[in-house]
Amino acid sequence: MEHIAQAVDPFVFRLSIFVLAVFVGYFVVWSVTPALHTPLMSVTNAISSVIVVGALLAVGVGMISSGSGWARGFGFIALIFACVNIFGGFLVTQRMLAMYKKKVK
Amino acid sequence: MNANLAAVLYLVAGVLFILSLRGLSSPASSRQGNFLGMIGMAIAIVTTLASHPPADGIAWLLVVLGVAIGGSVGAVIARRVPMTSMPELVAAFHSLVGMAAVLVAAGAFYAPEAFDIGKPGDIHTQSLVEMSLGVAIGALTFTGSVIAFLKLSARMSGAPIILPARHLVNIALAIALVACIVGLVLTGNAIYFWLITIIALVLGVLMIIPIGGADMPVVISMLNSYSGWAAAGIGFTLGNSALIITGALVGSSGAILSYIMCHAMNRSFISVILGGFGGETAAAAGGSGEQKPAKLGSADDAAFIMKNASKVIIVPGYGMAVAQAQHALREMADLLKKEGVEVKYAIHPVAGRMPGHMNVLLAEANVPYDEVFELEDINSEFAQADIAFVIGANDVTNPAAEEDKTSPIYGMPVLQVWKAGTVMFIKRSLASGYAGIDNPLFYRDNTMMLLGDAKKVTENIVKGM
Repeated sequence: MEHIAQAVDPFVFRLSIFVLAVFVGYFVVWSVTPALHTPLMSVTNAISSVIVVGALLAVGVGMISSGSGWARGFGFIALIFACVNIFGGFLVTQRMLAMYKKKVK
Repeated sequence: MNANLAAVLYLVAGVLFILSLRGLSSPASSRQGNFLGMIGMAIAIVTTLASHPPADGIAWLLVVLGVAIGGSVGAVIARRVPMTSMPELVAAFHSLVGMAAVLVAAGAFYAPEAFDIGKPGDIHTQSLVEMSLGVAIGALTFTGSVIAFLKLSARMSGAPIILPARHLVNIALAIALVACIVGLVLTGNAIYFWLITIIALVLGVLMIIPIGGADMPVVISMLNSYSGWAAAGIGFTLGNSALIITGALVGSSGAILSYIMCHAMNRSFISVILGGFGGETAAAAGGSGEQKPAKLGSADDAAFIMKNASKVIIVPGYGMAVAQAQHALREMADLLKKEGVEVKYAIHPVAGRMPGHMNVLLAEANVPYDEVFELEDINSEFAQADIAFVIGANDVTNPAAEEDKTSPIYGMPVLQVWKAGTVMFIKRSLASGYAGIDNPLFYRDNTMMLLGDAKKVTENIVKGM
């Protein structure tokens, strides 16, 4: 029974996470009330900027090869863009959501 | 930091992002949801800095500088942007996600050792595939969103731009893109990396320019979706679960919104993407061109009739947003309520230039969200309403969508305002709407046209009361 011990490629794990998250996204987004579709777009914008983790890795590389300088440069610009999005996206969402009020009776 | 601990923390961040979207199921829980999203983002950033600390002082300096510059720019924009400009702001933000995806992939390509995906010139094949997909979708999102931004902010005409043989050009570019991806995977040569980027950038422009202004709600949702898939592609390269989960969430969110928008316009996604709609105006309208009489009314007439009504349904459209009439409208509704008139708002899914845009504008004008209703919830109530007050909307109230089988918008769900006792239209002119279709409602007996700027007319009605 040697084949059972065979290691699974990490890619398969990532793919599983991805596929399951697509389904989670499908159900969660259908439950969003249409009145909040604009905040939904701005908050998805903000969270997709979690790509900032890639920017941080690129900015932080050690200067060991000729490519490192390039990586830092690209990473730095990506970091600025992602941070504009993170701060802008979450704050503008907060600003919008603060305006939704119930009827005062 | 231990790699397993880091992986668990990324998972926690991903779960918090799911909860932040979950919070949007009602306005009451939405603020808490947004807060959870912020916590998730903070966890992801701190985890990255702790598990892969920047290599030296300069790197730390760059990190602090980047966060400070980007963060302050973002915060200022978030505070200053007027709510009417939300569509173009969202388009601009999409473009930044797209560009960030391209730049992160470029960083990973030039310093693969920092991303644990191999050595320079010898990157794992699988990582190259994931990276090239992330770059291609990211670059496409970037230029596509820039064009959408220019169209939405009226810096560029909303009319579709149709290039000759555009389908052939697009197919040729798509084939070239696939060839370059294969080239990159086989050789790992930087030339292919940049060719992919350039081709995808061009493709992004060509994809969005033929799409007309009326289809922008679909385009902006679609680009939302693309920015998610781009993030997911990079997530696979980095093996980062927070990024993969988020990419999948955002990708499916944008796809669902595109579907809802297409459904609300009774158009297929493919026909929107192929573009060209909304450009051919009067000529395609097929109207006989004969001048029919419309009943014009004054603001005082409108004020008098509405004060004596018992139920008024207000239908706002993009024209209200352009004229910034939402505050005057709220004032009018308040006066009516004081007179004992029941006031409700009816919103069509494609009113405005992005999903949910009208709801935000009404919320900004302090309209309580429980007075605002979606199409399917309020359509049955028009028959009991004395007055349907249509302000800056047109195509979404066109009865031709239900009655005239030859109409280009036949089959599109519309607000049945004609069932109300009296229909009041506030419009700048009797011209057709974005779809270029004449609205027969303008010429009916129980319709009253109030021509003029939406804000001025509404203010005059308020005075008249």
